[in-house]
Amino acid sequence: MGRAKLPRKSTNIDMTAMCDVAFLLLSFFILTTKFKPSEAIAVTTPSSVSSKVAPNKDFVLVTIDKDGKVFLTIDDKEKRTLVVNSLNASKNLGVDVAKFKAADFIGASFGELNSFLSVAPENRKGNALPGIPCKDTTNNEMIDWMRAVSEAYAGEKMDLLLKGDNLAKYPSFKGVMTAFKRNDIQKFQMVTNPENAPVGSELYKKSMNGEKQENN
Amino acid sequence: MAELDTSGGGHKKKGPGVKKGKKLSTRVDLTPMVDLGFLLITFFIFTTTMSQPTALKLLMPDDKVKPEEQNKAKESGALTILMGADNHVYYYEGQLKPDASNFLSASYNGENSIRDVIMKKKAYVRSIAQDPNDPEHDLVVVIKPSQYCTYKNVIDILDEMSINVVKKFALVDIFETEEQLIKISDDSAKPSSN
Repeated sequence: MGRAKLPRKSTNIDMTAMCDVAFLLLSFFILTTKFKPSEAIAVTTPSSVSSKVAPNKDFVLVTIDKDGKVFLTIDDKEKRTLVVNSLNASKNLGVDVAKFKAADFIGASFGELNSFLSVAPENRKGNALPGIPCKDTTNNEMIDWMRAVSEAYAGEKMDLLLKGDNLAKYPSFKGVMTAFKRNDIQKFQMVTNPENAPVGSELYKKSMNGEKQENN
Repeated sequence: MAELDTSGGGHKKKGPGVKKGKKLSTRVDLTPMVDLGFLLITFFIFTTTMSQPTALKLLMPDDKVKPEEQNKAKESGALTILMGADNHVYYYEGQLKPDASNFLSASYNGENSIRDVIMKKKAYVRSIAQDPNDPEHDLVVVIKPSQYCTYKNVIDILDEMSINVVKKFALVDIFETEEQLIKISDDSAKPSSN
């Protein structure tokens, strides 16, 4: 009356299938990942319910950091040349065009622009830079910058972005807005982090009914 | 676990005088490879940025419009929101009374939030509306940030406009008197918070 002997199973598992899955996932993540370019200016943006994705090329970006310092980034290198040429002509700055073209952002007043551009790009860090003066109504250099930029983009669509830090004080924001308004730029976009509409609010009900958010 | 099997292919008859090399198995231990694979996956999951930044559009009013061409806001439909320091937010309906009795305080979230204030105002405007086709015609929200408030406060209030679907709102420069009122209210709120 011996019981049937169960065959002893091996503890070896075939790892091939698991390995396949692992590398499939790995290749997916490698391909989808987009490394954040190391930003010289640290900015934590506020959140908004806006669902429109911010443009990521050929933009003009005004950055306000947490101390209220203002920086300007022009993505298009051709426009950079136009901007610097017009400023050189109107303000008599004598800025090196090639150096200006290579600079990823501008963060100094007109007087300090040459010394700013002589610093190596990797040493241009937001917290050590003076920023473009704009808080003072009598000396708002953003007005001149925005004039040069809007001239460079004359007749073309300009994606003007404003990226401000949570802690930036309102006067810098106001200075930037004044600069926009003076140059008849009434339309701009503010970079924010996406966030869902709060439950129960009117926008939430609207999106539940399948209505699209207005993008005007 | 799978391991490298070097035991050969078992007992096979060997021909007389034939020396046969040991047969190596083709099975390779994949465990370290899987380990490495998942390590890299974790790394890429953590470094990847899935959420793209979004953009909040804002249209500024044209300053150069002559005062007589500007739209006048009806007093019954006007709500003015003022932002002060330390995330304080104030509001008044219609026009500010000389004794500032309608200058009230609210918060960004939680109890007595500015969202409730906007919604209440909206309901009120709807209840007194003349035109049934456009009941929210008279609702105008005026946003006045003081010099003490932060960029985040401004964005939060602009965001409130889209959350509550307020069609007419304007970012307006603050008056001197209002700024002083905010300063007084901010200062009076300070000792209690300490």
